[in-house]
Amino acid sequence: MADETVKVGMAEVKTALAPQSLITIGLGSCIGICLWDPVKKVGGLAHIMLPDSTQSRKSINKAKFADTGIRVLVDEMVSLGANKTRLVAKIAGGAQMFNFPGSSNVMRIGDRNAEAVKKSLKELSIRLKAEDTGGNFGRTIEFFTENGDLLVKTINKGQKII
Amino acid sequence: MKDYSELTQLQLDAVKEISNIGAGNAATALSQMIGRKIDMTVPQASIAPFPQIVDIVGGADKGVAGGYMRVNSDMPLGILFLIPEEQAFFFLDFILGSPSGTNDSWGDLQKSAFMEVVNILAGSYLNALACFTNHTYNPSVPAMAVDMAGAILGEVLQQIGEVSDYALVVENIFIEEEKEIKGYFFLLPEPQTLENLLQALGVA
Repeated sequence: MADETVKVGMAEVKTALAPQSLITIGLGSCIGICLWDPVKKVGGLAHIMLPDSTQSRKSINKAKFADTGIRVLVDEMVSLGANKTRLVAKIAGGAQMFNFPGSSNVMRIGDRNAEAVKKSLKELSIRLKAEDTGGNFGRTIEFFTENGDLLVKTINKGQKII
Repeated sequence: MKDYSELTQLQLDAVKEISNIGAGNAATALSQMIGRKIDMTVPQASIAPFPQIVDIVGGADKGVAGGYMRVNSDMPLGILFLIPEEQAFFFLDFILGSPSGTNDSWGDLQKSAFMEVVNILAGSYLNALACFTNHTYNPSVPAMAVDMAGAILGEVLQQIGEVSDYALVVENIFIEEEKEIKGYFFLLPEPQTLENLLQALGVA
């Protein structure tokens, strides 16, 4: 019997079948992308750090980037029996932890991550059902493959299900 | 361009050594600031992949205080100092000269004091780097965040994430009388900087 919860680390992609849940701890400006096939109850979570793999010298780890991470996740879910056209998405993260006076665009990585994720979802025609992004605080998320609920926990801002 | 995983043993040792000296400088500066003796264990420098980095500091959901400074010179880099939140308060008690247990939340005074500590620690760390590389480093004012370790680390690791899956972390244990305070330094050179650093150290 597999573990009930599957832990997803920074720059990792993991999938799970009901009744398992997927958890990723401490999302800052990173984004947790949760995809779900409501019929097969296949879920997947990608913990991406950066918006765009084409800016990178070498992208050994595809899970690190929004554009490639989502595609890896979709492929893995399809191989578990999910149907690509049924997938729905929920995302969380994309905060800005540090605030520098007069900070440049480069530092607003959280916003750029969120934009890149939405763009990739659109390209793949995956519907974004819910999101909890932005702010200046960290999030821990747990995604339930049984019903597609996404639990978002914070240290000072309480918790909610989206 | 190199990343940490491609360094030779000699290069690794050179980078670790300046980090060790930098952290040693930082402990001395801290000791002078608060007028008390601060001992320090030999710092542990290690190169680890991102998911393991958060384990070194006690897990991604650990509540920590982080101070982050950027250096924009011809060798751009970032320095992050992390300390578990409860230990940060202990630190603040004796920096602010208040009885133990007085500081337990983040008001303006606590934030300002913490950033000053980060300023001094990172400044002396950079001094060591400057001595060895014959460069000047002018750090920004520190930015701080108190939150989950994973969230804070994720944001600063992005800086090097485009070229690397590894980071250099130096674990420092400061000892004030019997109490141990664990603090962590992260040296985050931007892509070209690591190579320039190695050159300046004569191990390119």
